[in-house]
Amino acid sequence: MKPSAVSYSRPGSVDEALALLTEHGSGAKVLAGGQSLVPLLSMRLAAPERLVDINSLAELGYVRVAADGVRVGALARHAAVLADRPAAERQPLLAAALRWVAHPAIRNRGTSVGSIVHADPAAELPAVLSVLGGTVTAASTAGRRTVPALELFAGPLETTLRPDELAVEAFFPALPAQTGVAFAEVARRHGDYALCGVAALVRLDDDLRIVQARVGYLSVAGTPRVLELTGPIAGRSYDAELAEAGRLAATELDPEPDIHATAEYRRQLAQVLTARTLQSAARSAAGVAAGVPA
Amino acid sequence: MTDELHPITLRVNGIPHQVNVPARRLLSDCLRHDLGLTGTHVGCEHGVCGACTVLVGGVPMRSCLLLAVSMDGEQLTTVEGLAAADGTLSPVQQAFAECHALQCGFCTPGFLTTITAALVEQPDPSRDQAREIVGGNLCRCTGYQNIVEAVLRAAELMKDEA
Repeated sequence: MKPSAVSYSRPGSVDEALALLTEHGSGAKVLAGGQSLVPLLSMRLAAPERLVDINSLAELGYVRVAADGVRVGALARHAAVLADRPAAERQPLLAAALRWVAHPAIRNRGTSVGSIVHADPAAELPAVLSVLGGTVTAASTAGRRTVPALELFAGPLETTLRPDELAVEAFFPALPAQTGVAFAEVARRHGDYALCGVAALVRLDDDLRIVQARVGYLSVAGTPRVLELTGPIAGRSYDAELAEAGRLAATELDPEPDIHATAEYRRQLAQVLTARTLQSAARSAAGVAAGVPA
Repeated sequence: MTDELHPITLRVNGIPHQVNVPARRLLSDCLRHDLGLTGTHVGCEHGVCGACTVLVGGVPMRSCLLLAVSMDGEQLTTVEGLAAADGTLSPVQQAFAECHALQCGFCTPGFLTTITAALVEQPDPSRDQAREIVGGNLCRCTGYQNIVEAVLRAAELMKDEA
């Protein structure tokens, strides 16, 4: 339970960090909060040759709120993003999901961007980024590119970023008008890995009828899943029962069993949480205080 | 690969320490092995149990999920730093003693540091909030009831002190 020997660099600038990643390629691993990486090192599931510690790059510690959404820098800790009120107002799904991320001691160190590019299928933020259609900005010595969430996640703990790239920012777009979101998950204990988690987004028309219902899932597949569930509930009023959307989700998803839950139980959770969070999101879109308990 | 050593400075419980560590040294091991501060206990060593929780700049973090080399220049508080210099117990420690909130004591350092930091943020927690405060720490002896009592008692003691 101790990491293997590793060399270490603590760059003082983003350019220096990118040069190190180019130099060391797949032998390098970026250390930000380390709340997922350090246990992997200790269990020797990961044994990089070099750690590139970005904790000195204070310029990446930002949470920026603009009309089009929220931009989170690579060194912004979960706790800082969660406490950022303007960010929560611009994109309420962020705070709604972040309060489910582990425990405060982890959120004080772990970074939101790090959690995204760690790509744990049981993590909240990859599903949030996916359902919102957000992006990650990847930087390398060759330049910068923007990767849409749906092209980012390749498998469990695997992204499409190259070894020489540093994820410098995640962008969570703001909600369109008359759109609401909600988040819920079931874990054995608050802060533990979710058995199933659901991030819902509902858009209403001027008559407060549903025109779009989109749901992101965690812990039901190797990558975040996003389902468009508008079909069976299109045109429903914001306060209608939405059980059909849950049933559709249950047929679309094919969760795996593990020691924590059977596949059937996960599917049942997905069905129930889908209907519940969609209803909560629809009420929120209508400006009605969410009356559905999470 | 031979381990290259990196010089770091840690200010632990107000006292600066200079120490040379390999990059792979966990903060928990640095505290225990390099600095001899064995009050910080190592339970699961992968961030689940909370026994190794210390305060970094006043906020709780898992010392087994931090590399010592990455903590250069940080201010740390371990369980050894909670009591007054003359040995007077802190309110949280006093409450643990009064409420019988420990049995074997292995998990206790992590509870004490976690609760100490949480009561700064939430000086008057409800019983539900008290349960949530300790939700990230495991105890295999007590069944948690007396630990939750101790959180509430510590808040009372701190109010009396103020």
